[in-house]
Amino acid sequence: MNKIRFAKLFIYLALILLVVICFIPFYMMVINATRTNSEILQGFSLVPGTAILDNYTTLISYMDVWRGFLNSLTVAVSVTILNAYFSALTAFALVVYHFKWKNVIFVTFIVMMMVPGQLGLIGLYDLSEALGMLDTYWPLIIPAIAAPFTVFFFRQYLITTMPMSLLEAGRIDGASEMHMFHRIVIPILMPAIATMGIFTFIGSWNNYITPLVILRSPELFTLPVMMGALRGSPVATNLGAMYLGIAISVVPIMIAFLFLSRYIINSISAGAVKG
Amino acid sequence: MAKTHRKAYLFIAPFVIVFLIFNIYPIFLTFYYSLTNYSGMGGIANAEFIGIANYARLITDAYFYEAFLNTIKIWGFNFIVQMLIALGLALLFSDIRLKLKGVGVFRALFYLPNIITIASVAILFNILLDWNHGALNQLLLSFGFIDSPINWLNSPTYAQSAVALIGAWMWFGNSFIILLAGISGISRDYYEAALIDGANWWKSFTNITLPQLKPILLYVLITSIIGGLQLFDLPMLLTDTRGAPQGSLNTMVLYLYNQAFKYNNFGYGATLAYGLFIITVLFSAVTFRAMYRKEVR
Repeated sequence: MNKIRFAKLFIYLALILLVVICFIPFYMMVINATRTNSEILQGFSLVPGTAILDNYTTLISYMDVWRGFLNSLTVAVSVTILNAYFSALTAFALVVYHFKWKNVIFVTFIVMMMVPGQLGLIGLYDLSEALGMLDTYWPLIIPAIAAPFTVFFFRQYLITTMPMSLLEAGRIDGASEMHMFHRIVIPILMPAIATMGIFTFIGSWNNYITPLVILRSPELFTLPVMMGALRGSPVATNLGAMYLGIAISVVPIMIAFLFLSRYIINSISAGAVKG
Repeated sequence: MAKTHRKAYLFIAPFVIVFLIFNIYPIFLTFYYSLTNYSGMGGIANAEFIGIANYARLITDAYFYEAFLNTIKIWGFNFIVQMLIALGLALLFSDIRLKLKGVGVFRALFYLPNIITIASVAILFNILLDWNHGALNQLLLSFGFIDSPINWLNSPTYAQSAVALIGAWMWFGNSFIILLAGISGISRDYYEAALIDGANWWKSFTNITLPQLKPILLYVLITSIIGGLQLFDLPMLLTDTRGAPQGSLNTMVLYLYNQAFKYNNFGYGATLAYGLFIITVLFSAVTFRAMYRKEVR
């Protein structure tokens, strides 16, 4: 018994050490965001400095990080809503109705889930140019309407949870199909929408290559593209401001995660066992 | 009861239309470009159709092989480290004798780096690993682990290892959660029966845990391969965006991006996209077969 206790103590200490190691990069980021450039050049420190406001002024004078924040939010929220609504509509149609090519559509989904996103990137760029959509958010947002993986996930969810009798009852009462979709199907799908919504949002928020290719104007840059541009910018001469810029792009997401972590992790666990 | 309904077509129409225009069409367009010398500017009409010349170039392109090897090396090192940590943690937290507490908290803490923007992480490590004023060298110097600063991002070995380890740091939490869920799903009866038969820990690990975990391991492996072959943000932004030092961080997607969008070579960039696609399919297929062959035996 004592042996197990000792082992457990050792394991807990090792786990805490691992957590500390995992958080050192973030810790250094936050600490250095509060120090002056010359302080950072002189050496590392574990205690914060006092230069955070100066760093903020420097950063903001060259790069509007909050604008990037707003841009990322605009794109990610639009993507998440379109992805959820149209995937639900498509999954609903696939589950409830019979029609031609149902199987063709389904097989196409499975194949498309394995295709790397970069395969059509060059084509997407040229298509956007032809449609006059280059340097706009449309090429980043519109494709969210057609998300095979989300449709697949919603379809599986609907098959197991939706009682068809509910729809039959609705039809007898004279409700239109669209009305039933909004009033019956969407509420039933809500847990699945929340799960996929979180991952869609994170995916869009962190996406780098597509906005990098599509966007040209700095005022349209999403946060990842802005971060990529940070190093070549005048901000790079002030390391404190540089660290602060990175911290602003990272910390709010960490805080949001604190509130959603239980939910996110349970979804991953559940997905793994089913998959 | 499923029934035929005209509205069904209306409901799937947005998906189908957007899918055809924004997914399928760009993929075919990219394929068409791969058969031309299109630069990406001045319209495709001015480009020449050159057949499979780009593909001939691809299979003899030393840079492509280098990019492929770089990607595989980084992914391989990353995967080994990531899986060792994740599997070790999953075994610890599922051990019935230890009954460790705080799974929820540790899972959340280890998962956190997964949701951070990779571009931000890359820029952060670009300055943390800086030769002159990077925090890592300052830390090692002040503790006396090293006598003079190490130029991490100037050495191909260190730079590739850095990408692999940063990746492991970011993603081990995800693998840990998936593996832990998988192990927790294995019936206790197997272990109890093994215990009665006098099997030791290693025996039950290799004869029960690993075989039962196979579908989950396959899932982790394949998603890791597909993700690993697409490695882009981290190697691009960790150094000079062109794969320095000495091209060691030039991954396949970075090569594709630079060819198409920096050197205005859409035709060859498109060919690289198809090369990457074929490699991805081959790797997934080989992994899938290798994992399931033994069962047929």
